[in-house]
Parts: sequence; C-alpha cells; structure tokens
Amino acid sequence: MPDQSPISSVNDFVVRFANVNGSGSASANELFARSILRHGVPVSPRNIFPSNIQGLPTWYEVRVTEDGHLGARGGVDMMVAMNPQTWDKDVASIEPGGYLFYDSTKPMPTSKFRADINVIGVPLTAITNSTYTDPRQRQLFKNIIYLGALCALLDMDPKLVEQLIGEQYKGKEKLLSSNVHALHLGRDWALQNLKCPVGLRVKKSDKVGERIFIEGNSAAALGAVYGGATVCAWYPITPSSSVAEAFTSHCKKLRHDPETGKAKYAIVQGEDELASIGIVIGASWNGARAFTATSGPGISLMTEFIGLSYFAEIPAVIMNIQRAGPSTGMPTRTQQCDIIACAYASHGDTKHVLLFPEDPAEAFEFAAQSFDLADRLQTMIFLMLDLDIGMNHRLCRPLKWDDARQYDRGKVMTAEMLDEPGRDFGRYLDVDGDGIPYRTYPGTHPTKGSFFTRGTSRDRYARYSEEGAVYADNMQRLVRKFETAQDMVPRPLQANAAKPTKYGVIYFGSTAPAMDEAIGLLEARGHQLDRMRIRAFPFHSSVASFIADHDFVYVVEQNRDAQLRQLIVNENGIDPVRLVPILHYDGTPITARFIANAIGDHQDHLKVTPLRKAVS
Amino acid sequence: MTYIAKPKFHHPGLPKNDLGYTHRDYEGKISTLCAGCGHDSITASIIEACYELSIEPHRVAKISGIGCSSKTPDYFLGNSHGFNSVHGRMPSVLTGANLANRDLIYLGVSGDGDSASIGFGQFAHSIRRGVNMTYIVENNGVYGLTKGQFSATADRGSKSKKGVMNTDNAIDLVAIALQLGASFVARSFSGDKNQLVPLIAAAIRHKGASFIDVISPCIAFNNHAGSTKSFDYVREHNDAVNRLDVLTGRDPITVDYAPGTVQVVEQHDGTRLALRKIDADYDANDRLAAMTFLQKHAAKGQVVTGLLYVDPDSEDLHTHLDTVETPLNTLEAKDLCPGTSALEKINASLR
Repeated sequence: MPDQSPISSVNDFVVRFANVNGSGSASANELFARSILRHGVPVSPRNIFPSNIQGLPTWYEVRVTEDGHLGARGGVDMMVAMNPQTWDKDVASIEPGGYLFYDSTKPMPTSKFRADINVIGVPLTAITNSTYTDPRQRQLFKNIIYLGALCALLDMDPKLVEQLIGEQYKGKEKLLSSNVHALHLGRDWALQNLKCPVGLRVKKSDKVGERIFIEGNSAAALGAVYGGATVCAWYPITPSSSVAEAFTSHCKKLRHDPETGKAKYAIVQGEDELASIGIVIGASWNGARAFTATSGPGISLMTEFIGLSYFAEIPAVIMNIQRAGPSTGMPTRTQQCDIIACAYASHGDTKHVLLFPEDPAEAFEFAAQSFDLADRLQTMIFLMLDLDIGMNHRLCRPLKWDDARQYDRGKVMTAEMLDEPGRDFGRYLDVDGDGIPYRTYPGTHPTKGSFFTRGTSRDRYARYSEEGAVYADNMQRLVRKFETAQDMVPRPLQANAAKPTKYGVIYFGSTAPAMDEAIGLLEARGHQLDRMRIRAFPFHSSVASFIADHDFVYVVEQNRDAQLRQLIVNENGIDPVRLVPILHYDGTPITARFIANAIGDHQDHLKVTPLRKAVS
Repeated sequence: MTYIAKPKFHHPGLPKNDLGYTHRDYEGKISTLCAGCGHDSITASIIEACYELSIEPHRVAKISGIGCSSKTPDYFLGNSHGFNSVHGRMPSVLTGANLANRDLIYLGVSGDGDSASIGFGQFAHSIRRGVNMTYIVENNGVYGLTKGQFSATADRGSKSKKGVMNTDNAIDLVAIALQLGASFVARSFSGDKNQLVPLIAAAIRHKGASFIDVISPCIAFNNHAGSTKSFDYVREHNDAVNRLDVLTGRDPITVDYAPGTVQVVEQHDGTRLALRKIDADYDANDRLAAMTFLQKHAAKGQVVTGLLYVDPDSEDLHTHLDTVETPLNTLEAKDLCPGTSALEKINASLR
C-alpha cells in the first residue's frame, strides 16, 4: 500500500507514455489524446523524442486539462512505463501519490518500485502473445491493448475510442475490427482484474468546442497554400521537414488543375540549404511566391542569400522551426534561440522582419500573411516557429479565411504602367516616400523596365556604383522601408492585470499558453502583471510605451542569452535594467510553474524590506 | 561613373532579323573587362546567336554568379532582366526563376571558379535535375578578379603567370555534365566564334539542361607559355569532333553534305541540328562513347570541342514535376487559394 494517498483528479492530470522509438506507439498514444478530446476535454500532448530512428527512448506526454491550459505542466501523474531502458528515471519522475502502469508479464523486484506511488500491472505481453502470432502484430496491438486498459482505468468511454478507430480505418474493415478487438482485450482484462477507475478520471465535458487539433508545421504549410506559394524548395532538417512534407500533401489535395491534373506548384528538395534559399530567391525574383522551411543550422547556411534578399530587395519567406542550438545542439528539443541570428542575419548592416506565431492557428494566418508582407516590402520575412508548436498537435481555434481576400503583390510595374506617358522606372527609386520602390518581373516589356539585379551597390536606376553618396542614399532608404514595415506587421497584443500594477511581462511565440496559465498562478500568489505578447519584429511603437508605463518588465523567453530582450534594448534604446530576463533553455517546453516561480520569487524578493533583511 | 552605357545610334542599313531587330538590340552596356578578354568574344557570340534565332530580347533571363564571367550578362541583351547573384549560386537562382516562369529563356553564365569550385555542387544538381537552361561556363582556369590564383579547372602541371606549378588534378566540367545526365553537352573556344555561335543557338533551342564549356583565355593572368588555357595552347590542341549548323523552321536541308558526313538531330521544338562530322566515327547521340572519347583525348593533352552529346528526346524539370503550362508567376488567388469551403472541411477533419 502506498504511504501517500492516491492522486485524485477529474479532467486535470498528466499521463506520460515511455516508449521505444520505432515501436509503433505514436499512433496509439495519439489515439489516446484524441479520445479524450472526444470527451469534450482539452488535452495538450507533447512528443519528447530523440534524434534517432529506432531503439532510443521516446516519450509522449498528454496533459488533460479541463481548464484549457495548453502549455506543458511539468510532473507526471500517471506513467505508462513501456521502456525498460528508462524505467528507473521514469518511475522516479512520478508525482507522489501518482500511478505507474507497467507490463507485469515478467515479475519485477519490489526494489524497482516506489512506496509512495500506485502500481498497476497488466500482463500486456502475455495477453498479446496468447492472441497474436505475427511479431509485427504483437508489437502494434500491444499498444492498442494498453490503450484499452487505460480506457477502463481512467473511466473513458470506449465508444468514443471505437469511433475514432472507425474514422482512422474507414474502408479498411479488417484493420478496423482487429484494432477494436485489441482495445477490448485490454479493457476487459483491466475491468476483470483491477480496481477501475483509479483516482484519475476523464469525465465528459464541453470545453473543446469548435477547436481543432493540428500541428504547427502542418498549419504553416496550409497557410502557404492559402497564401499563394507556388514554389517550395527545402532541405530536410529536424524539426522543419514536416512543413515541406505537409505542403506537399496539402498541394496534392488542393492544388491540381481539375481538368489537366497538372500541378499548380513546384516543390524541389534541394541539395542543401544554400540551394533551397537560392531557388526561393530566384523564383521570387521572377514573380512567384516562394518559401523554404528550415531550422538553425539551415539559417546559418542561408545567411549570404538572406543578405542578398535584403540588399537587392527580393521577396522571400523562410519558416524557421527553431530547435536548441548552437551548432547541431539538441535537434529534437525546443528553443526560441534564433531571434538575433534571424533579425540581423548576414554580413553588413541588415535587418529582417520576423513574425512570432503563438500556435498553429496563428502559424496558418502569419504564413499566409508572410507572402503579402514579402511582396509588399520586397524583403525576407521569417516565420519563427519552434519545435514545440511545429511538431506537436495543439488545440486551437479553427482556421479562417476570407474568400474576398486578394493577394497583395506589392509594387509591381506592368507593361501598361511602363507605357504611361511620363512614367519613370527606376528599380530603386523611392516614388512614394515609404522606402519601397517598384519592381518589374522579367519578360514584362520589350524595351522598358528591365534592370540588372545585383548584390553590389548601385544607384536608383540599378546601375552599378561605388559612389559613397549613392551607397548611403540606398542604405537610408532601406532604413525607411524597415520603418514602414513596423505598421504592416502583426501588432503586439496587450492584456492588463485585474488591478493596476507597476509591473509588466513581455513574451512571444510558444511561451503563450504557459504564460497565460502563469498569470493565474501569480495572481494566486498576489502578484499582478500587465502582459504584452509581441508578434513581430520590427517592434511596434506600443512596445516602447508598454515598457515606459511600467517600473520594469519581465521578458520571458526560451533561450540562454535573452535574445528578444537584447533586440528590444538595441532597437528601442531601452535601459537594460528595466527589462528583467526570465529564461528557460533546457530544451523542454517552458511551463507555467517555471514562469510563476521565477517571476513570483523575484516579486517576493522586491517585497522584502531592508529591515527584515538586516535581521536575517 | 562606374558603368558605361553604349551610345544608341547605329547605321540605318544594319540588317534586321525576322522580328525586325538589329544586332544592336541584343547588345548591353560596354564591357569593363580587359581588352582582348575571351569573355567578350563569348558575349559577342551570345548576341549573334540570339539575333540569328530572332529571340525577343526581353524574353531572356540572364543569371550569373560572381566573377569576371558573371559580370558579362550586363554586356549583352540590355533589354533582358539580369541577375548577378551570389558566388557559385547561379544554378539555384536560375532553377527557382525557371520554376516561376517556364516561358522565358534562361541563360546561365558562370565561370570556372563559380562552377567548379564554390558552386560545384549547385552546378551538378542543376544538371541532374534537367533544368531547362543554357548553362555557359566561361572557363579560363584562373581567378581573374582576385589576380591570378588557379581555379579547379586548371590542368595539373600547368604553370601560373608567376611560375607556380599546379599540383591538383583538374575538374572537367564537360565530363561531369555528361555523367550527370545533361541532355546537351558541348565544348568550344572563345577564339572560334564560327563554332561557338551555332552551339549557343542549338543549346538555347534545346529543352532540358544544356551545358557549354567555353575555354576562354584570361589575357591578364593565364595566357602565357606553360598555361593550358592560353590562346596558343588551345589553338594548337583543339580537337573539334564536328561542326554544327542550326536549321530552324521547316526549310529543307539545302547545304550539300557528302554522304555519311553529316548527322542530323531533330530537337523537341523542331530545330534540326546538322552535325558535319570531322571525326567520322564520332556519334553525338552516344553518351557513353562521348565520355570515353573525352577521357582518351584528354589523356593525350587534346581539348575536344564541338557538340559532344545531344539527346533529342530530352525532358526538363517541369516535365518531371508535371507543372501546369501556365507560368506559376501568373497564377492568382482564384487559381491558388482553395477558399473557405475547403478550409471548413479541413477544420472538420481535425476535430
């Protein structure tokens, strides 16, 4: 008997599956998460996987959260320990009073357990082997059998799981019925042999609503389809590869000419990141909407071309699915660590537009918008996702589109415009005072509007020049253009605390759900914070005023060097003392508990009076 | 002033091509390369080939990397868009441009440093993808703009202007292009315009990856005794396998060829390439034989030139990707955006 009372919780707990990479557990685990959603209860699942194909440990964590807290929570209430390699660490990670679910086919010495947890043994291998003879089937159905047992233990409705299996194997009756059979094998065994349910229970609710369950990479790729991208060039790199793969599968369904069957898109897997961005730049120069998806090491390789895009003013979109750096870093772990690398990518004076979506829904919107911004601003746009958003299913609002929306192709001079009397075409002429010149697509007009694109300095008519004044004139115009960008990019969103406060917090991207939850935890500790979620660089003027309105502002981010804070200090001339860094960078997603503890401790410290300090 | 525009006036009696353009309409700015540079002869040959083919000058996109050769697109086809991109990266930029608009003619101009060293990978991969382009390497075996270092095409044993012996093995871009499946492969010499002009014309009319390696002596840094890329050396060792006539339109072949001395290859667009054989046994449709022939003659120190290989049934990247005939850059929201009804279905599938 455990010496700790068992955790009892309805619709608010964390289940972690410890598996072996390549064992086919991923689909069963995802089925578990989706089944809970079908109960009307929000979940937030996360893959914790190694840079490996087969054999190394992998975990899948499902946070069941009726309150809709979609950030990682930290801690494990139930461990489904299916991997002997990580047993000790897995058992150790269970919260006191939590549950250990394991395969009890082979007896385990009592020293392998803990006294303060509840141990649930199911002879999974024995059940599987007595039912199936084919080794592959044994492996796959074992996963479904444990899912069935969990169904009984957590009081889940098996009909909802069956329904999902039915949707998954629609038209494949044999697979459908064998999966349902395996599900009931596990469930029936648990019902007959174990006390069901345990303290953790799933109860039907109505908190999911119309929300959808999608990975950020897939949503961003869909945004590229809706945003009119026709050329995608990419080089495989974790965690970005699934962007290009999703773009491919979306295009196969949505982008073929109904009459001819031909493709209204071109996807090339480049030989490296240099070629990928080169193809994107060439296609964009020639008037197509083009993008690549990559991660940190790819950004490093692309920087020469990124400078060309800035200086020669060629639209382009890079989706950077950030992972832990530097160098190869931790390829399958999440961070927000390329902020500076992207904002100032390439040699010489450069600055680039960055967009920071918080979830898949915003990844979809910003991906589509990035093509309008690239065309309008004639420059590189970075869509800054990270592994946490990109490679995990996230519950988010449904994707929306307005059928009346037209693409903004920016300032493109047509043959008719070139023929207008008195029209003067200079590729780098600032006609409108916003720093954005007109361009022409190659092949537009027999005698007018052609120009020579180059990374060398040139005058307003695109003629080679090494004159200092001509060079400076162009560089100044690029600054004006960047100022224009400030009002075009998504604005920061601000939410004020319930009570007036002297303190604020700035955050961005995948930190959002943890931050939202942390606000509640901090309020409970008596700390009030106004918050601002930054959604783009260059920073809107409201960022500086938000900082000015508070005594100091926490900047929460997932990197070691406080990169967003550095960028704010640098770009807005803010006194660094006013921005307090809150940094999480161990490669795991940031949690509300971490933020609340870090900010809470800092706030508590502020309240300590000098007198009491002296006494202690 | 760091660029030189050419005066516009010209002789009123200058001959015109089928579209009514004169030679002058295919020219660009005045070259800033050294007087006598082989590259300027290649520029002249490109102008001549485009004039003869009656190409709309603005329907060509000229793309280059970095280096002396990559500067030349500014010196021809002044009404075309040009892109002097990044060192060694012309092939990827050209590939992207080609994907965006399959209707233009793509002329990639590069050098031996650009294509055989820093851009060797991009050269190789653009060839193996079969990008529809004319890829010209202006090959002088030397880095000119940085004053005379060896490039990767410099032959082993050749001497630099300062007398240094090159000890590295040379990369033969023609051999590589053949191996990687280029469907049109030629080598020529900037000093032999009669050979080069029809090769460029045929390459432009070829569908798929056309590669022309043009030996183009650098008169400043690589035109001395001991160099294997000098005017004298290439003239002495030039081993042309054939001479080419490009026949456009439906005109019958009127030139009187002796029986067995001509090989006629009809290309995708109906252009016929009449190859007057110099080496009677050379078959320009045989890739394997071409590779062997090249190796054997290179071992003897000979520079094999002419149209070395052509595949009349060639395909290009657009064929492989099965893209629509309409250029992708002309598609609009109505063609590309699946709209709200499709999105609602997608949302429903994600619940």
